[in-house]
Amino acid sequence: MKVCITSKGDSPESVPENRFGRTPFFVIYNDETGEVIEAINNASANDASGVGPKVVQMLVSKGVNVVVTGQVGGNANKGLEVAGIPTYAFGEAKTVAEAYAAYKAGTLTRIV
Amino acid sequence: MKIVVASGKGGTGKTMVAVNLAWAVSQSQEIHLIDCDAEEPNVHLFYPGVKDEEPVTVKVPEVDSEKCTLCGACGEFCRYGAISVLTKSVMFQANLCHSCGGCILSCPVDAITEVPRRVGMIIQSQPSPTLTVISGILDEGEIAAPAVIKAAKEAGEWDGVSVLDGPPGTACPVIETMEGANACILVTESTPSGLADLRRAAHLAKAFGIPSGVVINRSDEDDGPTLAFCAEEELPIFLTIPFDREIAAIQNRGAILCSEKEEWEGAFTKLYEDTIAIAGGKL
Repeated sequence: MKVCITSKGDSPESVPENRFGRTPFFVIYNDETGEVIEAINNASANDASGVGPKVVQMLVSKGVNVVVTGQVGGNANKGLEVAGIPTYAFGEAKTVAEAYAAYKAGTLTRIV
Repeated sequence: MKIVVASGKGGTGKTMVAVNLAWAVSQSQEIHLIDCDAEEPNVHLFYPGVKDEEPVTVKVPEVDSEKCTLCGACGEFCRYGAISVLTKSVMFQANLCHSCGGCILSCPVDAITEVPRRVGMIIQSQPSPTLTVISGILDEGEIAAPAVIKAAKEAGEWDGVSVLDGPPGTACPVIETMEGANACILVTESTPSGLADLRRAAHLAKAFGIPSGVVINRSDEDDGPTLAFCAEEELPIFLTIPFDREIAAIQNRGAILCSEKEEWEGAFTKLYEDTIAIAGGKL
């Protein structure tokens, strides 16, 4: 299982990013070991339009199973739904690591 | 010969000028009036009655899920995010598609074909033997105004003169309208926003190399800054329409000024002659 958290930076200590499609980074955790596998620089962050679906396709190709973010727009929402990727809001978490811990503790609200 | 009526700013009286111009010309010769303001078409309101309807479609992809290998090539190609290859299926979002056909070319197994999708319609009527009115109407919620404008222009294509009522602004719909035009009538009003947007529209017409002239509408006789701009840009002032209660009242009940006031038929005929002259055409 791979858990993806949208982030302003590339480490677990970074602040989680509220926007899904236009997030600067995606921090990917391996759910079995609890370790960060990689931080993906979001190549679509500054595209003009259709960012949400493009990002969903990229995450699908990376084998992501769960997304933790702030909010998702309409096009991204549809993409995540069709792709079958459960998506959660990180809520009060101050860092990516906190968001991951909250996801593991089952305290996050599911938004997609 | 295509005469575009443009303005930059909305609400300056483009439709009023286009409708009256076409009406005045139709008294002595055949003319086409084409509404290219597909997002807010209003020309047809001046000509109630029976109209022929023709749908306008754009091409969108359809994926054959039997042939598709979910390789992801189409989704990686599409810069608009309209087609995305997800876990078990390909998702297509029509509202994001620009009909470029790139997904079809990028598919290595020919799983994608093009199918038509309606985005608007063309309506056509013949209010008099010399006047043909064609309107491009974009369906609500659609974005492909240029596709509808292009279809309206094609529907009205002929050897004679066409008056094109343009959209406001200076982006894609106006550019589509101006493409191939021989002359441009810029309708403005003497307000700061009227002038600021006239400047933009005039520069667009200039970039296209389309000769232009100006109509000042709702003039309060205090048109100094507009006149100074036109002098500087060497734009002739074709016509000044005063800020007048009677003109407003005629317009407000959906009537045509020229048909009610003979002096205005003369003024709009003169506007036509001046426009043809800057286009280098013959009357």
